[in-house]
Parts: sequence; structure tokens; C-alpha cells
Amino acid sequence: MVSPILELKNINKSFGHVHANKDINLTINKGTIHGIIGENGAGKSTLMSIVFGLYQANSGTIKINGKEINLRSPKDSIVNGIGMVHQHFMLVENFTVLENIILGFEGELVFGKNLEKAKKDLKNLCDTYKLNIDLNSTISDLSVGFRQRVEILKSLYRGAEILILDEPTGVLTPQEVDELFKILRSLNEEGKTIVLITHKLIEIMDLTSEVSVMRQGEMVGHTKTEDTNKEQLAEMMVGRSVLLRLDKTEANTGDVVFKVEDLTVKDDLDVTRVKNVNLEIRAGEILGLAGVTGNGQTELLEALSGIRKVESGEVYLDGKKVSDSQNFLDPRELKEQGLAHVPEDRQRMGLVTDFKAYENLIFGYHDQQPFSKSSILNHTDIISHSKKIMEEYDVRPQSPNLITSNFSGGNQQKIILSRELNEKPKVLLVGQPTRGVDIGAIEFIHQRLIDMRDKGAAILLVSVELDEVLSLSDRIVVMFDGKIVGEKENTNVTDRELGLLMAGVV
Amino acid sequence: MEFLSDIASLINSTLRISTPLVFAAMAGIFAERSGVIDFSLEGKMLMAAFVAAVGSYFLGNPWLGLLLAIIACVSLSMLHGFASVTYKGDQVVSCVAINILIIGLTTALAAAWFGQAGLTPTLTEDQRFLEVNLPFAESLRDVPIVGTIYSDILSGHYIFVYLAYLTVPIVFWVVFKTSFGLRLRAVGENPSAVDTAGINVFAMRYKALAINGVLIAFAGAHLSTAVNANFFREMSAGRGYLALAAMIFGKWHPKTALVACLLFGFTDALQIRLQGVELPAIGEIPVQLIQALPYVLTVVLLAGFVGKAIAPNAIGQPYIKER
Repeated sequence: MVSPILELKNINKSFGHVHANKDINLTINKGTIHGIIGENGAGKSTLMSIVFGLYQANSGTIKINGKEINLRSPKDSIVNGIGMVHQHFMLVENFTVLENIILGFEGELVFGKNLEKAKKDLKNLCDTYKLNIDLNSTISDLSVGFRQRVEILKSLYRGAEILILDEPTGVLTPQEVDELFKILRSLNEEGKTIVLITHKLIEIMDLTSEVSVMRQGEMVGHTKTEDTNKEQLAEMMVGRSVLLRLDKTEANTGDVVFKVEDLTVKDDLDVTRVKNVNLEIRAGEILGLAGVTGNGQTELLEALSGIRKVESGEVYLDGKKVSDSQNFLDPRELKEQGLAHVPEDRQRMGLVTDFKAYENLIFGYHDQQPFSKSSILNHTDIISHSKKIMEEYDVRPQSPNLITSNFSGGNQQKIILSRELNEKPKVLLVGQPTRGVDIGAIEFIHQRLIDMRDKGAAILLVSVELDEVLSLSDRIVVMFDGKIVGEKENTNVTDRELGLLMAGVV
Repeated sequence: MEFLSDIASLINSTLRISTPLVFAAMAGIFAERSGVIDFSLEGKMLMAAFVAAVGSYFLGNPWLGLLLAIIACVSLSMLHGFASVTYKGDQVVSCVAINILIIGLTTALAAAWFGQAGLTPTLTEDQRFLEVNLPFAESLRDVPIVGTIYSDILSGHYIFVYLAYLTVPIVFWVVFKTSFGLRLRAVGENPSAVDTAGINVFAMRYKALAINGVLIAFAGAHLSTAVNANFFREMSAGRGYLALAAMIFGKWHPKTALVACLLFGFTDALQIRLQGVELPAIGEIPVQLIQALPYVLTVVLLAGFVGKAIAPNAIGQPYIKER
């Protein structure tokens, strides 16, 4: 006997001109694991923030256990048994686990009896669900995986019957994802209802029993997970059929064009982040660099692209030394030598988001013919070039005069990619090419990178998305704690093996 | 023996001089722990001094003057909250506006009401706070050591001095041992965490600002109705800024902030003591140089001598819930 625990009827929510949720209807049955899938910006997080009382809907009704409820603040939702684990954790970093959990639910004005009781209750919860959390540790000392567990424990302590998780796996290693899913399954067995928001099809297939699909603010479908498959869900998400597997021929490699020898790099706080790294990339191959965020990938990319100083070691481009600790080419000089860089943080480093698209489309090349003559920009040529390139790279909308921040993440990325690829670089450094990019655009971007490879470029792909590294790369290296801890030909390597390397286990 | 009584009087002055700093620093801790910068301690202290003196003069009772000063300072804190919490304005700008407003307002009102630019009439003994002599202070005075500590150092201060040092452990207790304190600290570190815990971020910040207003009023009243018997132009003389420095130097913690306040108070007491004194080998130090001592100390201490002061994470950022 299934009974609905949460029912949403005709929910609408707008932020200024953006209609984030349009007439959403959703029924979540008690005791299920319900997936909500959709591309970035489809309105999933907004919808769940409404359920959690963080945002108020412009119209529509919410029923919990059949009773209509007005959710004016998170307090109302918590009282009604809704808990949410946000994508960005809602934890105070310099507080202990215990302090974070009791915040707002202290139950007494002056700490005393209730605090002791809370400790006991939390220990019991930890044991029941095998969470293995030390209540006295400070959040800033905990790994991301453990912080997430603290969030789950927090919701449970506050009496959650429905637990909403917003993109919970984005920051986890494959092993941590396994652990998380184990915990979620055991919560489900105890009768809790789980709502999983994600854009990853594999997670939906893995964990959920029912799934709802959102697209551009609308709910476009509900189904039992067993009655559907990845291809069908992807099609519903994007609104057209999507190629999930990349068509990729064997790499036709040439000489080594990019070589890194014993490279060591420090960050702004003088901490060594890249430790004696050696890399070789041949023409016509993609070298994938996998690793959990913050293991030195950012500093490595910055050093290779000339933004950050090299502490020791050497970098060679086409057999010519371009950087060591004494002499190094700046980004412009590297560009002239045929190196292009698609930075990890596209909004901060790749674009000036307040500028118009055509300006961003020529940055770095703006002083070259035909864009400028004797230091004066040639607008006619820039605009016609921009139109042409936006069409070629399917940047939507195709308006060079639009402010860049008004483009979606995927289209912003296409702007950068088109700018960098248009110069036909010998070496391409790409950081997180599809972070925050919708499936349709991911497909396009991946295809472009493969095309570049087939035209003979040497590509270094840095990504925290393991699937991406696996589907694009010809060879894979794993970075952990600033060191390259493993190298694999991408023929029969599994994400398990890479996951262990990423976690620094082997 | 001369030396011992010198030391005793130096400590006695330190306690007295530090008093407004302690109140202001504790006030600052409440505002800033909640994530709201309070640069306006200076202006509020000045306002409190003015209102306390005027209120006491008209109503004939210093306690009523203090009450009015509290009302005035809480109102100013609410104004700051209105601009920077509700309307998400720049917190520093709001504070600077308050400081400038109060300097002008107090001077102008004093001129309008009493005909003297920035000066209020001298208060009679009934209209001001008097020094409190602790019981048995006279009879114990001649007992060695104990007499010096009890009668010469501890006794004979204004009520505010005792209140200030009593405030510190209370502030510590409230901030670290109560659920209000937990929420206060959380709202200054990560307001989203507080919001998602079902607590109203804005209400928390307003509460913190209200307490801030109450505490700073004591500092002002101490200046104009206890140590002095009237208000004069810009009588706060940078104490609000000094207290802010002490609070930062004390890393937003009541205990260490107290130590910083006492240190500033001590240098001030020392400079008063050193004025006109011939030091062996050096001779007389120019008075301007001595007077600069507390400020020089501030700069030296804040310039990293005590290590990096880590502010509450969300300080200065208005909380914006929806995008």
C-alpha cells in the first residue's frame, strides 16, 4: 500500500524574469527513494528549496501526509519532518559536529541537561546507521564525505522523515559515493523517504525506485525507475535524443609535443601543491588527469599556462623549454607558441562576465589582425567573426552583443572553447570543461575535443568528473596530494581502480 | 613605599581608564560575532555621553540619564541594522554616517539648548554618579598589601568600573554557554546554516545589535556622568575605535579583548603618569610623544605582532536569501 507523504500542486516560482518553476506537480510516496533529475538550471534545487521552506512559492499548495501546510520558513518544514542536505553544506566550519547539529534545536537556554541527552541520542543514531562520526571534532578537520554525514545526522536528529539530498555526489570520490548510497539505503529500510536531486543518470538507475524529470522549470515526466532506462531519461531531460557514448576512434599519436619534468609548484600561501610531476603528451592524444578537487590540479594548470610561477622543474613545448624556475614565458608568449588554455573557473578566469559576448570571443587575440589595426579595434570584423564562430560552435542565443553573464553555463563554456580552439593550438590545456554544463552541451564539447585531438592537438584534460576522464582520454594519470600516483592506458581501466588511486589508498 | 603606592595608583587609573573600552569592546563583540561590523562604537559612545549628561541634568537623576542613553544607543543600533541588515547596505558606510551624524548632532544640540557649542552644564553631585567606597576600605587601608590592593586599587571607583569588569564574565557566559550565544556565533560565521536550522537570521542580528546598544550606553554615561560632570565636544576621543582595535586584537573573544583593553588603559595611565617626569638617562619625554603611546601600540599590535586575527567568516556581508 503506497501512500503519498509529500504532494506538490501547481507550484510556481519566479526570480525576477526567470520563471524557475512552472506549475509543478509532484507526488512522493512514503518509503521510496525518489529521484529528481534534470539539467543544471532546470529548477530542481529551487523546487526543493521551496519544500524546505527556504524559498516561498508564488503560488501552489504543498501537502504533507495529506494535510495542506504553509511552509514559511525552514522551521516549518523541519517541524513537519523534512530534512535537506544542501549541495553547499550548511555547516559552521569552526564549530564542532555537536554544536552544528544542536544549532536551533538546543532545547534549553543554558547548556546543561539537554546537551547531555543530545549527545546520547546522537551516539545512538550514529550506531544505528553506522555513521561513525566523532561529535567533538571540528567541521574544518573533517573530509567532505564526513561533512555530508554530519548533514545527514543533523537532519535525522531534527526528526526528518523525508530526507532531500541536493546533488550529494558532486564532491565525493567513487568510494565515498558507495558509502553514501549504503547509508541512504539503510535509512530507506528504516522507513525514511529519500529524495535525490541529481543530474547524473547513473545515480538514478542505481539508487531510486521512482523518478521525476524536470526540464527548463517544468516537470516533464514521472516514472518507476524499473520501467525506464538512461537513454530515455536523457531524452526527457534534454528534449531530444542524446548520444551517451562518445564515438571515438583509436588515437593516432605523433611525437611528444608537451613535456613536464619534475615540476613543483607552490600556492599563494607558500604551500607546495604540485610535487615533482612528470607528464608527456603526444600530438593527437588526450591525457586525462583525474583526482579529487584540491589535490594540486588547479596549481598545475596555472603553472603550465604561465599564470603561476614554477618553483622547480621544467616545461617543454615542441622540444623547446618554455618554463623553469628562472625563466618562463607569460600566458601571452605561450599562446604565441601554440598553447591554449580553457581554465577551470570559467567565470573568474575564462571570461569577463559583465562584458559582451563578442568581447569575450576575441580576448587574448584582440590585438591581432583582423580584430585590431594599430591598436584600434575593428568592430565590423569582430562582429562578423563572432557571428560566424557562434554559429560554428552552436552558441545560443547567437547574439554577439549580449552580456556574457546572460548566457547559460554551457554556452559560456562554448564561448571560451571557440575562442581557444579557433587558433588551432598545438597544445590545449582544459580544466573542468563541462562543470555546470547541461547534457546537450556536454555532448557537443566532448565531440569538439575529440575533433581537436584527431586534428593532431595534444590535449591535457583535467576533470573531477571520472566519467568524463574515462570517456575522453587515451591515457589517464591520477593526481593525489600533488603527486602523480598512477598512470593507466585507457583500455580496460575501471572507475573502481581510479577511485582507489584518487583516494590515495594504493 | 613611594614606589608601591605609585604602582597602586597606576593600576587604579588603568582600571578606571579601561572601563569605557571594556564596555565598548563587549558591545562590539555582540555586533561583530553576529556578522555586523560595528565601526560606530565611537559615535554611539559620544551619543550616550551627551544623552546621559543632558538627561541627568533635566531629570535630576543619573540613572534616568543612563536609561535615556540606553534608549538612544539602541535606537542608533537599530538604525545601523535597518540600513545594513534589512536593506543590506554597506556596513562601514552606515557606521561612518552614524559617527559623523553624532559629532554634528551633539555639538548642535548643546549649542541650541545651552548656548555653548558642544558643552553641557556642569552636573551637581545629585545629578551624577559618585565614587563608591567599598565597606571597610578606610579601616583596612593601613594593613600591608591587603590594604593597598583593597583600599587603594579596588575601592573608590565609579559604579561603571565595577559593572564593566562584571560584564566580561557575563558576556563570556552568554556567548559560549547558552543557546543564544551558539546562534549568535553561528550567524556571524555562516548565516545560511542558521537560516536552514529554522532560525531567523535578521532577528538574530537585530537582537545582537540591541545588546550592543545597551552596553555601549554604559561607556558613554561613564564618561559624562561619572568621570566628568558634563558633556564636551568629541569627548569620546577615539575610545570607540580603540575598543574596536582591542576587540580585534582580542580575536572577538571577551577574555582576550579584556586583556587588550587593560593594556590600552595601562599605556594611557602610564602616559599620564610620565608627563613631566624626568626619566633617568633619557630625561623628560615630550608630552606629545607620550600621548601617542596607546595609538602607536594599537598599530604595532594590529600590524601582526599578535598573529593573524581571524574575523567571523560572514562579517560585513549582508544576508541575501534568494538570488
